[in-house]
Amino acid sequence: MYDPTVARLTYRGLLGRRRALILGVLPVLLIVLSLAVRSFSGADDQVASDLLGGFALATMVPIIGVIAGTGAIGPEIDDGSVVYLLAKPLKRPTIIFTKLIVAIAVTMAFSAVPTFIAGMILNGNGQQIAVAYTVAALVASIAYAAMFLLLGTVTRHAVVFGLVYALVWEALFGSLVSGARTLSVQQWALAVGHKVTGGDLVTSDVSLTTATVLLTVVTVLATWYAGQRLRSLTLAGEE
Amino acid sequence: MTTLTIDHVSRWFGNVVAVNDITMTIGPGVTGLLGPNGAGKSTLINMMGGFLAPSTGTVTLDGQPTWRNEDIYRHIGIVPEREAMYDFLTGREFVLANAELHGLGPKAADRALATVEMAYAQDRKISTYSKGMRQRVKMASALVHDPSLLLLDEPFNGMDPRQRMQLMDLLRRMGDEGRTVLFSSHILEEVEQLAAHIEVIVAGRHAASGDFRRIRRLMTDRPHRYLVRSSDDRALAAALIADPSTSGIEVDLAEGALRIQAVDFGRFTALLPKVARDHGIRLLTVSPSDESLESVFSYLVAA
Repeated sequence: MYDPTVARLTYRGLLGRRRALILGVLPVLLIVLSLAVRSFSGADDQVASDLLGGFALATMVPIIGVIAGTGAIGPEIDDGSVVYLLAKPLKRPTIIFTKLIVAIAVTMAFSAVPTFIAGMILNGNGQQIAVAYTVAALVASIAYAAMFLLLGTVTRHAVVFGLVYALVWEALFGSLVSGARTLSVQQWALAVGHKVTGGDLVTSDVSLTTATVLLTVVTVLATWYAGQRLRSLTLAGEE
Repeated sequence: MTTLTIDHVSRWFGNVVAVNDITMTIGPGVTGLLGPNGAGKSTLINMMGGFLAPSTGTVTLDGQPTWRNEDIYRHIGIVPEREAMYDFLTGREFVLANAELHGLGPKAADRALATVEMAYAQDRKISTYSKGMRQRVKMASALVHDPSLLLLDEPFNGMDPRQRMQLMDLLRRMGDEGRTVLFSSHILEEVEQLAAHIEVIVAGRHAASGDFRRIRRLMTDRPHRYLVRSSDDRALAAALIADPSTSGIEVDLAEGALRIQAVDFGRFTALLPKVARDHGIRLLTVSPSDESLESVFSYLVAA
């Protein structure tokens, strides 16, 4: 199911100079913000939770997910170099599964790790806030990577659609329309985070059971469908 | 022995028919797929390579369908037309990755790189390669697993004459070894130099098939039209029409030129300068007015 060569090619494509820079911007911003907040207002659990929830989980994780998820396959389909993977005796779902693992790993590395560091800076993991948001970011990374990897196989404009989802749906609708919140990766991840802290600093609109079921269903379905998309991917000529 | 069979294959995109009911069999040796740009060659090659489903008909390799059949790639090597190929890797890293995806190791990669004579530049990034070098590395990636069928889409595009010669030698060698080699081109001379067998595609249809000499004759025997300007158009016209190689001449007053239709291409091209010299006429313009490939091919279709 996992092909190390496909993984190597994907990592190198994803972490190429330009994209690695883009991936690095938000985590650096988060850490700088955390340092500033900590030095101005000292350790405050509420402030820590607001920054990690409002910026790290609501904005940074989905955006990193978009870049890593779509970037793991979109550019290859766009420029046609995916043909070198497809013209091999290699099951298409193996290609997708491998790319998913890479996208998850990259999303986790660039979102969960900085979230943890920021949490430690903000309040030294008081009330388990750093750990709770880190776990939430880890969980969200899986679902986002799978969703945006699928998006990368469906449309050439995957980054745009991904960003619209991340910023409009998750950040805007998610905070205004309660129904939208049930269908938000962010809320599902928060439910898992809530389980870690137990307190009311990290809360979610959905129950842990619903969240777990939805996270699993979305991840599995998106991965399966991406495999199907790749099986039927046609490389039309220039004409 | 590997035989690729295309059986009543059509492919349309929306209401545009790209490939129209083509049936052909490609056997061992080098076959040229000739046709003007936009004729459907790439669409056909994509179907042969299993990257596109035929709308109707079947493409099979020794009886096995090529569409949705990953195992078929153990036998097929593909050199795509598009340039993109993991430019951030070195040539060797790229070919090695291709070998690994076939379950092979560095030995196969090195052998393929040696075959295309790219070992000397294998440690440079692909992004620094010239067009010809890229083409050869693509070729190496297609050869790593020693395939019995090689599909190449416009492999000579953008190559300089020396690189072209090298690649032709290589393909000829592959054909002589008993592999089935199919390449597409829109340039007759390329196909003629390399392929003993030619399939001609025009506007999605299978226009001609067979020996290149027969096709060449069909192409050169057609009437040729020329636009000629000279210091004395009427005197030139009178002298030319006396020869059987010319079937008609029109004095185009608006253009200030002669429109000449020649039936014997070889004889006419030798005659024109001779007649002009003998009559002391200066030739100012001699331009073929229908030399576009499309017109050559449409003549073929009609023949």
